[in-house]
Amino acid sequence: MEKDVAIVGVGQSTFVRSCGMTTRELCYEAFAEAMEGINLQPSEIDASIICSAPEYDKQRSPAGVIAEYLGLIPQPTFYVESVCSSSSTGLRVAYSLIKSGLYRTVAVVGFQKMSELTSREAMERMGRGADVVWESPFGLTMPAGYATYATAHMNAFGTEQKHMAMVREKNSGYGALNEKAVYRKKLSVEDVLNSEMITYPLKKFDCCANADGSSCIIVAGKDVASKITQKPVWIMGLGAANDTTSMSGRKVLTGLKAAKDAADVAYKMAGVGPEDIDVAEVHDCFTISEILAYEDLGFAKPGEGIKLLEDKETYLGGKIPVNVDGGLLSKGHPIGATGGSQVRTIFRQLRGEASDIQVDGAKIGLVHNIGGTGIYGNVTILGV
Amino acid sequence: MGFERFGVVSFASETLASDFITYLDEGKVMATKCRACGEVYFPPRMQCTSCFSTDIEWFDVGEGKLATYTVVKYGPLGFEDDTPYTLALTEFPSGVKVFGRLDKAIAEDDIKIGMALKPATVKLPDNRVSYEFKKI
Repeated sequence: MEKDVAIVGVGQSTFVRSCGMTTRELCYEAFAEAMEGINLQPSEIDASIICSAPEYDKQRSPAGVIAEYLGLIPQPTFYVESVCSSSSTGLRVAYSLIKSGLYRTVAVVGFQKMSELTSREAMERMGRGADVVWESPFGLTMPAGYATYATAHMNAFGTEQKHMAMVREKNSGYGALNEKAVYRKKLSVEDVLNSEMITYPLKKFDCCANADGSSCIIVAGKDVASKITQKPVWIMGLGAANDTTSMSGRKVLTGLKAAKDAADVAYKMAGVGPEDIDVAEVHDCFTISEILAYEDLGFAKPGEGIKLLEDKETYLGGKIPVNVDGGLLSKGHPIGATGGSQVRTIFRQLRGEASDIQVDGAKIGLVHNIGGTGIYGNVTILGV
Repeated sequence: MGFERFGVVSFASETLASDFITYLDEGKVMATKCRACGEVYFPPRMQCTSCFSTDIEWFDVGEGKLATYTVVKYGPLGFEDDTPYTLALTEFPSGVKVFGRLDKAIAEDDIKIGMALKPATVKLPDNRVSYEFKKI
């Protein structure tokens, strides 16, 4: 395994419907947790990358004010966005900056405060993550985009709504254990199937919730990583790809091509395959998204993702446990913070610090983080 | 100019492809094709990235088949009064796919992937214009 760039600290705020804080205060929560117990001062961090989706913020150019509040001045800071995968993109940029030799340590801070908006306003902004010229004028929303994939998957492979509900049942069971999750109630398949329809075939409990939250990843080069922490987690592979923003341009409708393309790159760079992954965090913004992820990541063949659920292979104790922190469906999805939260879960798993949800002996973990309806695919493979 | 008339709520006022609206007013849903290299485009565009030509022509998309769909019950800001509406992706013989709405006259139970569809112009209040897919 290449040991060039490591993650040395992770943190996240509690994800809640309404945080009662400013965005800078919210970011402090994650930063403070990431810095806890490591041998690193804010003044020793060479640069910061602030990640969110800007249309939720009143603050124009949020990087400056957040870096200032975290004590990360006069070091350079800048802003990165790829909607729901912003902090995975931030991690990718941090990796590149360290690998280039420009910096030794970088803080990646993701955040989103969505409670300033009503649900319909948030949905309208998310809908504008689609092609605003040609497709948003029809009333396209994020759930509707994913629902078109669900319909195509059902038609091609016989997937049913009950299979999607099984994803929520699984993830809600683990979400109940996650004290930082917004939604901690266990839900059954019946609860999901009986919930109100949002956009056929997706029902209310097939969808994750908007939330306020922040995340932080401290990234360091090999020269300093082992001085900052005794247990660095190494970045083995990073894959990123993008697909057409317009639905009209999509070549594949039964999976997310950007995710598959990103996974291919990440596996190749890491020198591992899907069979080598011990634990995974995937972008379950909707239940169907997790099933697509199983197939796009190669955990299952196309159309066979539901078998993993039926055989409980993605549960703790299964072949490839997925989203054992409750996933976006339980944690909530403060979009700029989500990737960092996923990385935090895998970091703790690989260090054997995941307590109730620990996958025994996990050595290699994977994060799958998607921006928009399959526009930006990001796959990160970590190892110890 | 004129593109601000497109759709229930539009977010762009101008495009090089604004003739799309002129054709819509005539009842036609058109895509574009590069005269130099033959590449076809929907959404329509007047700049080819396959060969960097700007010699582009319009063509009628014709009749297609439903590729996938969703029935939206909960609409975003600006679309609250429209629900339920069905968003559909229709595939045409030229290879282009067109995203839009399905005719509300088609009952939800009658929607089938693969069904034959033809786009038609929809006139909206305040001189706005859009298109939808009708059953053939």
